[in-house]
Amino acid sequence: MNIASFMFYFFEFAAASSAFALIFIRNVFYGALLLIICLLALAGIYVLAFAEFIAVAQILVYAGGILVVIIFGIMLTTKISGKPLVVEHMYELSGTLAGLSLLALLIYVISRETSFAERAVYQQQYDSVNRIGIDLMSEFVMPFEIGGILLLIALIGAAVTASTIKSK
Amino acid sequence: MFPIAHFLYLGAFLFSAGLVIVIVKKNMIMVLLGIELMLNASNLNLVTFNQLYPDSIQGQMFALFVIIVAVSEAAVGLAIVIKVYHYYQTSVPDEINELKD
Repeated sequence: MNIASFMFYFFEFAAASSAFALIFIRNVFYGALLLIICLLALAGIYVLAFAEFIAVAQILVYAGGILVVIIFGIMLTTKISGKPLVVEHMYELSGTLAGLSLLALLIYVISRETSFAERAVYQQQYDSVNRIGIDLMSEFVMPFEIGGILLLIALIGAAVTASTIKSK
Repeated sequence: MFPIAHFLYLGAFLFSAGLVIVIVKKNMIMVLLGIELMLNASNLNLVTFNQLYPDSIQGQMFALFVIIVAVSEAAVGLAIVIKVYHYYQTSVPDEINELKD
């Protein structure tokens, strides 16, 4: 077992176990921390799948952006009582049933396709970061610009929605 | 190297875990965490299937745009959660069953 496959299975175990623990955790703050672990492990897996740019974007956007916003949200929606916010569970049976049946279906479909088990991940001929930079400015320039406009709209919309100033 | 199926199994597990979290948890922020988990599972699948077509990079580009949409969704969703919490003093999604009081 070389170091690359050791790291791959380590990251995969970290992502899967933190996602599994997120189902059972009752404290929202610990849940956010577990999600950070899962997302950082996924960034490591992206690097091993030769998608370096996606990995860096994942760390920047999720660990740097979304999780900070989520932790702000947790702190703003908790009553100041000193006690941690405990989350109740509901629909345990139907939720577990839906999740397990979806998982069984997906595993069945993936294991039926034998080419997935034989086909290994290997490095592309091109430099992925270089290629993404060129493609963003040529072939994908239209969705890129629409993404920029969407981010601006989401920024203004979130600020207006969360503001406490009374509108006439 | 590692086979593609192992990536796909991880993606399937993460998606199922996200679905269970969305259904089971009784807190809006936990539901948002589950949605983030499902989006990441789909991202992992996009990056993995890009490996089946080594000459193209469209899977990775699509994953990038999914990340952009996920950011917008998280920001607007949390703004709505905070507003709803101030108005109804609750963060349980089932207790909010009216659009107007």
